[in-house]
Amino acid sequence: MRVELEVNGERHTADVEPRTLLVELLREQLGLTGTHVGCDTSQCGCCTVLLDGESVKSCTMLAAQAQGAQVTTIEGLARPALADAPPSQDPNPVPPVEALHPVQLAFAACHGLQCGFCTPGMIMATVDLLKQHPDPDDAQIREGLAGNLCRCTGYVNIAEAVKTAARLMRESAR
Amino acid sequence: MQAFDYHRASSVADAAAQLAADEQAKLLAGGMTLLPTMKLRLAMPTLLVDIAGLPELRRIELAGAAHGAGAGAGAGKATAAADARGTLAVGAGVRHAEVAGDATVRAAIPALAQLAGSIGDPQVRHRGTLGGSIANNDPSADYPAALLALGATVRTDRREIAAADFFQGMFQTALEPNEIVVGVRFPVPRRAAYAKFCNPASGYAMAGVFVATVADDADVRVAVTGAGAGVFRWTEAERALATRFSVSALASLAPAADAMVSDMHGSAEYRANLTRVMATRAVASLTGEQA
Repeated sequence: MRVELEVNGERHTADVEPRTLLVELLREQLGLTGTHVGCDTSQCGCCTVLLDGESVKSCTMLAAQAQGAQVTTIEGLARPALADAPPSQDPNPVPPVEALHPVQLAFAACHGLQCGFCTPGMIMATVDLLKQHPDPDDAQIREGLAGNLCRCTGYVNIAEAVKTAARLMRESAR
Repeated sequence: MQAFDYHRASSVADAAAQLAADEQAKLLAGGMTLLPTMKLRLAMPTLLVDIAGLPELRRIELAGAAHGAGAGAGAGKATAAADARGTLAVGAGVRHAEVAGDATVRAAIPALAQLAGSIGDPQVRHRGTLGGSIANNDPSADYPAALLALGATVRTDRREIAAADFFQGMFQTALEPNEIVVGVRFPVPRRAAYAKFCNPASGYAMAGVFVATVADDADVRVAVTGAGAGVFRWTEAERALATRFSVSALASLAPAADAMVSDMHGSAEYRANLTRVMATRAVASLTGEQA
């Protein structure tokens, strides 16, 4: 069956099986491997993406259910590289630091990760959390990230990263 | 997952026709239970009929609320008083996050908004629906406690079913084959609160207690989820609270342990105690007492 959707601002038309999961479409057909599959049982949140701006677990959703939707993955957070920058030879170019999303910057600055496997999902969930709570307290951070697991026990630095990201975003909004 | 066909329904009637044409078809709304169940091949439908986007299932409306002081005139009966507060209708396709954040729900039945905002995690609340939760009737689901305590009415594409008749034990409901839940009507209570204790690993309620006074202060309902094989009313606590709506009314009570589930997460006695503690917390949140 055919699914039309927008991913990170680009329109795509994909041929999928009805049983194709959204995360399979993103990773295997569109090559967006930043969205990870940790548990495949909707526990860990590594596969979190934004669907029409709301966090969802893309391993527990059919690609067919994303028909007509706008999907944002971790690859879509950083601002596009400057237009006059020379084209990168790297097939997966790393955005310059100044182009990173404030939540990405904060996770790096606070070392809100150890192995990094859960990080894309943590960051996407944080983007959603900060939309609802621009200045979250500890309880709101715990609640907001309740659907994401870190198996390196890095939650202290993750919570710190969320607070730092919130501050960066509030300051840049001024 | 085993292969299946997918059909995006154009209306509830279209969905009903699709279900009628294929015995192995299943409805798909949020998919928060169905898709994990299909991955485990505990369910292997041949056709999924997607009703998530149907506008007719996505409304939230407050109806029948009387306005002004004169509305109570002559309303001596408890039922008339309850009617005066109106009825909140929530479509089956409304997602948990929408119930949690909706201004109408928060004003009419704040405990319902709070309950919806406590289900699963943010990602699950963005997908899971009211209709899906009650049609599945997981013994640890939160919504059944609200429906039972508030005396809600389940609307289907064929009839209306009182919550007390709808929930029939673990994963069992009064729904007939291919019957589709279209919404729920909640009487607006005088006051209500929900307290639960979650399993720290799964997040599911090990005991969730919804306390409500609906028609008048003597009409107390205490519905318990998570602790037993299905949602049930704790009538002993209801009687005690009808006499004296205070945490002290519950102090010497304990639900019968033989009505409780005993498993690796907790014994029946543990769940019976948790039920009393959660009921006490719910009451305390309404009276301002210490739990």
